[in-house]
Amino acid sequence: MFESVGLHHYLVVGLILFCFGLFCVLTRRNAIGVLMGVELILNAANINFIAFSRYSAGSYDGHVFSIFVIMLAAAEAAIGLAIVLSIYRRAKSIDVNELQGLHW
Amino acid sequence: MDLGNIESLAYSAPELLLGVAVVVVLMLDLFLKRKDVLGVITLFVIVFATLAAKLQGAGDQGWLFNRMLALDSFAVFFKVILGLAAFGTVWMSLSSKELENEHPGEYYVLVLACTLGMFYMASATNMLMAYLALEFVSQTSYILAGFLRGNRRSSEAALKYLIYGGVASGAMVYGMSLLFGLTGTLDYQMLGDQLTAAGGNGPIVFIATTLILAGFGYKIAMVPFHMWAPDVYEGAPLPITAFLAVGSKAAGMAMLLRFFYPGLSEFNGDGTWTAIEGVDWPSLVVLASMITMTMGNLAALRQDNIKRLLAYSSIAHAGYMLMGFVVLTDDGLKAILFYTVVYYLMNLGAFLVLLMVLNNSGREDLEGFRGLAWRGGALPAAAMAIFMFSLAGLPPFAGFIGKFYLFAAVVDKEMWLLAIVGGLNSVIALYYYARIVKAMYLENPVDGDPIMVADLPNSILVGVMVAGTVVFGVYWTPVINFAEQSIQFWGR
Repeated sequence: MFESVGLHHYLVVGLILFCFGLFCVLTRRNAIGVLMGVELILNAANINFIAFSRYSAGSYDGHVFSIFVIMLAAAEAAIGLAIVLSIYRRAKSIDVNELQGLHW
Repeated sequence: MDLGNIESLAYSAPELLLGVAVVVVLMLDLFLKRKDVLGVITLFVIVFATLAAKLQGAGDQGWLFNRMLALDSFAVFFKVILGLAAFGTVWMSLSSKELENEHPGEYYVLVLACTLGMFYMASATNMLMAYLALEFVSQTSYILAGFLRGNRRSSEAALKYLIYGGVASGAMVYGMSLLFGLTGTLDYQMLGDQLTAAGGNGPIVFIATTLILAGFGYKIAMVPFHMWAPDVYEGAPLPITAFLAVGSKAAGMAMLLRFFYPGLSEFNGDGTWTAIEGVDWPSLVVLASMITMTMGNLAALRQDNIKRLLAYSSIAHAGYMLMGFVVLTDDGLKAILFYTVVYYLMNLGAFLVLLMVLNNSGREDLEGFRGLAWRGGALPAAAMAIFMFSLAGLPPFAGFIGKFYLFAAVVDKEMWLLAIVGGLNSVIALYYYARIVKAMYLENPVDGDPIMVADLPNSILVGVMVAGTVVFGVYWTPVINFAEQSIQFWGR
């Protein structure tokens, strides 16, 4: 009665993670929170890559891709945090809704 | 020719040159007291890299690094354009007052690294390589956009760029993971073959394609992924704004074409292409193209900041270029490549004049251009007028010829709605371009407006851009020939 865990389970988890990430980016007001949402989106893709690589592709391309995604996500977080810090130094706030210096 | 890692190095001269220069400039920064030397070195490196890229066009073609990159005339074309864009950026940076007190060493290293990433964007033929190149360019651009550390607008621009960029590339990677799952390969060409062979699976391929389009569309500022453009263009230092407008867009265009043409469509042999079965991405992009140009032009109407106005104008121009993308013919491709050259000339020229005004008066809004022709800036004003009329697509300038080819490709495929929307947009666009010309010629300077003093280096480059815009408006055969030779994708 308990089906073993297969490709579909991983894909569903990936999809849920992707939606959470998108939701997080759209609703968070804290800049760090938004960056975390971006990380969730990237990790959703990682889960997909690993799952496909394991179950259907028969090659290590997916593994390699996800390692690169992890590395670039780290680089992006480093740059993102540096920028957030420089904004915080000047504005004493990292609320994205208060970033109104530039507008329509 | 299908080369492995070591053999490929012999065919990577431009990239190696840029890669070595990144390290060398960074080291020299520690030892040299006179920092302006770094800019001059960077300028020379970019010139040599561009020449090396041009020379590749005459040599062998094929796959490099186990099918990660393609060395073909298409890649060479974009490398030359990107090299020229980087050249213009460095040239502008040397005289920019905004960047005077920032760290020149790091700045030029980042510009070189960004150019290197763009070269890879132009030649990537594998989803992993495409993602890496795109992120390489994006992440260096985030830092460059926020390079004015004392300026809050600049940091804000960097953060907005990073957030939109992160989401767009995240969506793209998710889309790529779906395509990888369906086909088991990351190579563009095998991907196309697999999808054609498998048939069916239309909806999921369509979703994946749309997600990937988000990543590419963000680079070229296509609606609805354009929201970053006005803010980032306004907040970033002006030379970087020009780089993003000209370089980033061309690189994004190259990537988009390479993914959708040899990847997701079949070449019929008679100059036309067919999108793979069951995935109607052309209709999607037709819609995006119409909305992009309309939205860009309408929003530009009420902008007083010239950087912002040029940002919306660049969104509109992305829409025009997409007209050549959706027709799925070689004529359309040729028109896009031709337009890229023309867009480079007139847009970089407009940014150069803006830089001269900004250096002179510290203003980048419409009032900074008030009566420019009557307070010593007759030549810059005349040049700006030429660029504006060319951007608007008026004859006898190069912008007109570029638009002509794009519209000809669309009309040839009898896509009337797209042609009409494009035509109406050209009329709307004339209004805001003419506003700048009106401010320069028909308004009188107010007391306190500084006398315009044009510096020599920028004037020379403006002269070159004017010459290009005017000459290619009446004699464009060499450019269209170059474009025609450059639409050969390796492998198809």
